[in-house]
Amino acid sequence: MVVSHDPGTNPRPDAAASSAAPLPTSGTTPRTRVDGPVPAPRRLLDAAAGPLHPVARETLRAAVEVGWSDPDRLHTEGRRARALLDRAREVLASGLGVRPAEVSFLPSGPAALARAVDGVAYAARRRGARTVASAVEHSAVLVPGRARAAAADDATLLAEVPVDRWGRVELDAWREALAVPGTVVAALQSANGEVGTRQPLAEAYEPCAAHGIPLVVDAMASLGRDVVPTDWDVLVGDARSWGGPPLGVLVVREGVRWQWDRSRPDVEHGRADVTPWVPLALSAAEAWQQTSSTRSADARTTHALVDSIRAAAADVPDTEVVGDPDDRLPHVVTFSSLYVDGEAVVGAFDRAGFAVASGSACTSSTLEPSHVLAAMGALTHGNVRVTLPLPAVSPTVGEDVTAFTRALGPTVAGVRAELGAAAL
Amino acid sequence: MSAVSPESPGSREGPASPEAVLDARGERCPLPVIRLARLVHERPDVGRVVLLATDPAAAHDVPAWCRMRGHHYVEARPHGDHTAYVVEVRPSTPAGAH
Repeated sequence: MVVSHDPGTNPRPDAAASSAAPLPTSGTTPRTRVDGPVPAPRRLLDAAAGPLHPVARETLRAAVEVGWSDPDRLHTEGRRARALLDRAREVLASGLGVRPAEVSFLPSGPAALARAVDGVAYAARRRGARTVASAVEHSAVLVPGRARAAAADDATLLAEVPVDRWGRVELDAWREALAVPGTVVAALQSANGEVGTRQPLAEAYEPCAAHGIPLVVDAMASLGRDVVPTDWDVLVGDARSWGGPPLGVLVVREGVRWQWDRSRPDVEHGRADVTPWVPLALSAAEAWQQTSSTRSADARTTHALVDSIRAAAADVPDTEVVGDPDDRLPHVVTFSSLYVDGEAVVGAFDRAGFAVASGSACTSSTLEPSHVLAAMGALTHGNVRVTLPLPAVSPTVGEDVTAFTRALGPTVAGVRAELGAAAL
Repeated sequence: MSAVSPESPGSREGPASPEAVLDARGERCPLPVIRLARLVHERPDVGRVVLLATDPAAAHDVPAWCRMRGHHYVEARPHGDHTAYVVEVRPSTPAGAH
């Protein structure tokens, strides 16, 4: 109920949305039409980038009316926008267990992640320039890290620590990498957004603290869906993971040496170059509030649904379910099938009504397969990735998963047969 | 492109396990691995396969296929614009086994 703090102009859409009458959810199209043929229902199993929580969508709409102004302006509209932005920051700070001054909004999660690493490295530039990261980190960590190493003609400036077959960082190698002199920043996910595996943050944080190396934790896949991490110096989130709009959240713990060389102290506590558009921050805070009350139940529900997908996929011949079966995000699962084209299997599921993603090469503009699957030694072709939506975003998620588990085997078999690989 | 050419018999693995070279250069995933599996399926006498590929996914998928099918992944040898992946076939592996 973020917008409702401005009783003068707020139309209070969230009050209506919270009542018994369910809003149409953006994740589903109508199941039936009175005119024309009945279309196959769309089943949303790729919620990594949305859609918005229905109440957050209404808040966004309302906030566009009341919170559009530049919060740095001194007129009434500007001051109202500032008050709403402050309120959004308070909501998220409270949810993350931090102080509002530690929270900054950035244009996107990946931008916030790159900034998080930059700020730690810049603050420590007189002591060294070396980054330690797991091999399955987000490309917002690995790509700039490789570029810095290449620009300095020094491959040791980025240590990519290997992971085990579940995608969990090898802790001995992690400790060894942190002990190398000149290491100034460490980056590790709370959990991987492609395969779901959680990282051992408590164990990984110990050597960081012992060496005085700040740990940046990328929680872009887990915030709002899993327990909030506590073992970090800098935390990064993306409001999309909890049903909010695309908005980066950067949290720098008080006392951590962090500095950005292009900082403007008046903008987002010196951690961003642009003030966020206030409606996005309000919508993100609303989504957080809406989902926080149902988080445990949602996690239990989706964890069980993922279990059923894992079981169904494991029953498909020559199919490997990837990632840790239990110590994982509740809502993410991926599997790879031998002799299956990733693009073809995504297309086949799409024609059957299922929206799924893939980490295979040839499913996007790149010829390179997912670096996460590659680092785990997993099969990269024939990959299917499911990111379950929050039940509030897609109330049919349970029946959609049931339908998916039934369609899985025949769909994979069909794609294999097209390639003449059925009997291999 | 289907240059399946039996070569000299493998000397260490026994006289009845010839080596085959499979040229999948220019083909994209999953075709190199499908052709590798088809060769092993149709030629049970072959004991060692050298797969030539340019697809970057082959670097991950050939070892993964070996692991899933119980074959032995020997090595990858870079050769300029392509890579030669060497696989030792374990003949007792039934199709569909993990």
